[in-house]
This record gives sequence, C-alpha cells and structure tokens, in this order.
Amino acid sequence: MQDDSIIKVKNVNFHYGDFKALTDINMDFEKSRVTALIGPSGCGKSTLLRLLNRMNDLIDGTRVEGEVLFEDKNIYDSNVDPVEIRRRIGMVFQKPNPFPKSIFNNIIYGPRLLGVTGKGDLRDLAEQSLRQAVLWDEVKDILGQSAMMLSGGQQQRLCIARALAMKPDVLLMDEPTSALDPISTAKIEELIEGLKKHYTIIIVTHNMQQAARISDYTGFFYLGKLIEYNLTEKLFTTPDVKQTEDYITGRFG
Amino acid sequence: MYLSSVMSRQLKEIVIKNIFFLFALVSIFILGLIIVFLFREGVPIFKVVSVKDFIFGNEWYPTYDPPDFGIWPLIVGSIIVTLFASLIAVPLGILSAIYISEIAPPLMKEILKPVIELLAGLPSVVLGFFGMVVIAPFLQETFDLPTGLNIVNVSILLAIMAVPTISSISEDALYSVPREFKEASYALGATKFETIVKVIVPAALSGISTAVMLGMARAIGETMVVLMVAGGAAAIPESIFDSVRPMPASIAAEMGEAPFRSDHYHALFAIGVVLFFMTLFFNLIADYISTKFKEVGTATL
Ligand SMILES: Nc1ncnc2c1ncn2[C@@H]1O[C@H](COP(=O)(O)OP(=O)(O)OP(=O)(O)O)[C@@H](O)[C@H]1O
Ligand SMILES: [Mg+2]
Repeated sequence: MQDDSIIKVKNVNFHYGDFKALTDINMDFEKSRVTALIGPSGCGKSTLLRLLNRMNDLIDGTRVEGEVLFEDKNIYDSNVDPVEIRRRIGMVFQKPNPFPKSIFNNIIYGPRLLGVTGKGDLRDLAEQSLRQAVLWDEVKDILGQSAMMLSGGQQQRLCIARALAMKPDVLLMDEPTSALDPISTAKIEELIEGLKKHYTIIIVTHNMQQAARISDYTGFFYLGKLIEYNLTEKLFTTPDVKQTEDYITGRFG
Repeated sequence: MYLSSVMSRQLKEIVIKNIFFLFALVSIFILGLIIVFLFREGVPIFKVVSVKDFIFGNEWYPTYDPPDFGIWPLIVGSIIVTLFASLIAVPLGILSAIYISEIAPPLMKEILKPVIELLAGLPSVVLGFFGMVVIAPFLQETFDLPTGLNIVNVSILLAIMAVPTISSISEDALYSVPREFKEASYALGATKFETIVKVIVPAALSGISTAVMLGMARAIGETMVVLMVAGGAAAIPESIFDSVRPMPASIAAEMGEAPFRSDHYHALFAIGVVLFFMTLFFNLIADYISTKFKEVGTATL
C-alpha cells in the first residue's frame, strides 16, 4: 500500500485493565477508501475502531501503547485534545442512538457545538446531511418531531447524517447494520458506496458478504491480532493465510 | 394429569395476585381512614368561621375571647420557608447529584454518597437543636437581630433536610440516562461539560423535577425543625429575619393545650387538612411531571 493513508496504526497494544485486547497492531487506512474489519466476536474489532477516535478514553483503566497517526500526528500525544480528534473522526454505533430530541436538533447538535448558529446555515446543513444519508425525503416534513418516532433503519441513517453534519474526514462504523432488516441494510450499504468518494470509511461487520460487497480493503482479526490485511477481493478469493480462509469459508474451530 | 397441573398453576397465580391486591387495599384503607378522621375533626370549625375567613384571615388568636381563626399568616409562613429552603436546596441537590453521578472520581463518590445519605437519616430534632444553639446565635450577632430564630435559620435547616431527597432521586434519574446518549455526544466532539448540560440533564429532567417536588413536599411538611427555630410569630413577615409560624409548628405547639373537641382543636385539624392538600398538590405535580415529560427511552428497533 502506497502512502495515501490517512490513519496509520503503529505497534499498538491495548489493555483493559489487566486484559490485553489488542496485540502489536500495524495497519494503515487509505484515504477515500472503505476498509472492513472482520473476525469472530471478541477479537477486538470494536476496540480498534474506538481506539481511532479515542472513545476508549471514556472507559476507566484502559491503556494504549504504540502510536496512532492521524495525518501524521500521533493522536495519543499528551498535547492532543481528544475532543478535536472526535470532531474530525466521526462514529456510528451498532445500536442506533439518536438523542431524545427532534430530528432537526439531532443533526445540528454537533455543528452547534462548533459554533454554527445561523438559522439558515443550520437548516442548510441539516438538509445537506440528511440528503447525504438518503433520509431527507422521508423526514423533510417532520423535522420537528422526536427522532425516537423513527424506525430503527431511519434512526441509523439519522445517526449517519448526524455524524456527516460534522463534515468529518473519517467515518468509523461499528456494525451499523447488525440491528437492521435487509431493506434498511441495503439502503445503508448503498449510502456507504456513495459516501466513499469523499470520506474515508472504516467499518466493522460480521457479515462477510457485506464486507465483500462494500469494502476495498479488509482486515481479519483473531484474538486481538491482525491476521491478514489485504485487498478485499484478494482476501475473499485467495487469502494469504490459512486461518483467514478457514474463517471466511466458515470452517472455523 | 397435565390439565390438573395447569389448573393448580392458575390457581396459584390467582391466589398470589389476590394477596398482593389485599396488601395494596390495606394501605389504601388506612390512608382513607386517616383522611376521614382528619376531615371529621377539622370540618366542624367551619360552623364558627367561613372557609374564606379561615384561610385568608390575617389574625390567628385561637385562645382569645372572642377567638380569631385566620390562618393566612401560617400559610404564608409555610410557603416562605419552603420557597427559601428550595432556593438553597434545589441547586445544591441537583449539582451534587450531577457531581456524584458524572464527575466525581470513584473514591470521592464512595465518600460523598454515604455522607449525603447520613444527612437524610439525621433526626430532625438534632437539626433543630443545631439551629437553636449554633445558627441562631450566629445570625443574631452578625446581623444584630432581636432573635436568631427566623426565616433564614429555618430555611437553612429545611434545605439541609431536602438536599438528600433531591440529590438521591436526581442521581437515580441521571444514572438511568442510557450510556448510548453519552457516547453519541462524545463521538460528536462534545466535551464532558457540554454532554452534561445538553444531553444528560435534559434526558433526566423529568426525574429531576420529581426530585425537586418531593424535596419541597418534605420541607413543607417538616414539623420539628419549624417548631424549634421558626420563632413562632403568627404574623405576616416583613423581612427574611422575621419570625414565622408555619402550619406544622402551630399544630404541634398548640395541640397539647387545645381542649378536646373545642373550636381551637377543630381549627388545628382544619390546618392539618389544608396542609394535607398542599403536600398532596406537590406530590401530584411530581407524579404528573414524571409521567408526562418522560422522554421516550432509548432507541427503539
Ligand atoms: N469495557 C471493557 N472492559 C473490559 N474488557 C473489555 C471491554 N470491552 C471489551 N472488552 C474485551 O476486549 C475484547 C475485545 O472486545 P471488542 O468489543 O473489541 O470485540 P469485538 O471484536 O468488537 O466483538 P464483537 O464482534 O462481539 O462486537 C473482548 O474479549 C472483550 O471481552
Ligand atoms: Mg464489537
């Protein structure tokens, strides 16, 4: 992989208290590409994802060794403000988690924190983000209603729109479709397809077909280690490592 | 065989259900009994004085001849000390709840929580005593007053009593704000302070409002403290350093000397009725807020 990478993970070990969840991870994420992280439950995919925008800071007793370079600056340097990082690296969670506020207020939550206050600006931003998330047509008449009234799939697209409203450089998605029906899932996959022109997307998924369909690169994790990291096409057709092959063909012990 | 086991299971369900119903009925029955008693002893006063003159009358001279049964100064006394106490207790209670549930390091939490709970367990007579021998002389000297037993003193003590109620119920409300909301906020680049102010507190608002109402109900019904440190003047106060005679203090102070079933006796019960309605009102508001403004829970799938 040439040096188009926006995030570089270098020799990272990660501990929850005494438990070592990630061992010696080296991984570069290329700009404007979709990278999928796959692997069995508990192998550390979410941990790695949350490491990239310092969400793990919120958990007591965690420890990071190594470096995570975002645009060649280590985000774990003591002079880096995690708030700044999270504004540029957005995140979508496994379970849709809109705030118990109106749809409109959900979208403008982040921009408001950044100091965008003009009514017109906020409205434009909301429309733009909702269009990007392919939700605009469904909610344009009910922007004032509680986001809790939306269906699960709509809520998840709202959460994506909310993250996009921050105009992040990178979008982290942790199993964004695992709680959704096939139709909503297809919509979100389409959406990711459209977003990758402008955003770097890193997505955790348990759905092999999904990883194969939407990603350019795929990393396979097992027990906290990165076993294989390759072009998606290569990894799913002629993987270099036997363990990967066993996993993707479902012959895993 | 199978049928009979289903039958006995159903029977068991019915028996259990009825036992619970019975217990619920007993407490309702007792409450009803108290209310009936309160009204039976209180209502006869209205043969002597009209409801309007009783509630809005400015003179409370129950032992004069002829007596005056106007409890307006007592009502005003109760409302004023409750308001001032709330002014102190509400911010203190809510802020301490926020501090304990969201900000305090674990060790601090371990210390603070039991301390506040201990405050709730403090007998009110001990607090009253503290007001009499510590706060009263202090107020009297620093502000050069005729007496330190006044509105300020009572309000401080009532606030001390209301803080644990407000704090612990608010804390529960804050704890029950789903983790997902906080994570969503942080992931959007919010600071801890922004997350608390814009997400956590609004999501817990109904619980916090309930806490405030219950804290106020606690203050308005408190007897021992107002009896000991309010000063006992049955007049409409003109300054916050005046003495007052809140309703519970009047009842407690005079019940012993009022002849059984005299007008004075009935008047005191009628004060009890008024007080009952006031606390009921606070509780109803608390109840209304907690059901009406409950924010719809976490994301539904
Ligand atoms: N907050 C935590 N405290 C302690 N250990 C944790 C914590 N979160 C995760 N772990 C542990 O770290 C390991 C990796 O967890 P992680 O959530 O990253 O797995 P995952 O690959 O995302 O799994 P899944 O596919 O089930 O989401 C697991 O063994 C888990 O038990
Ligand atoms: Mg996970």
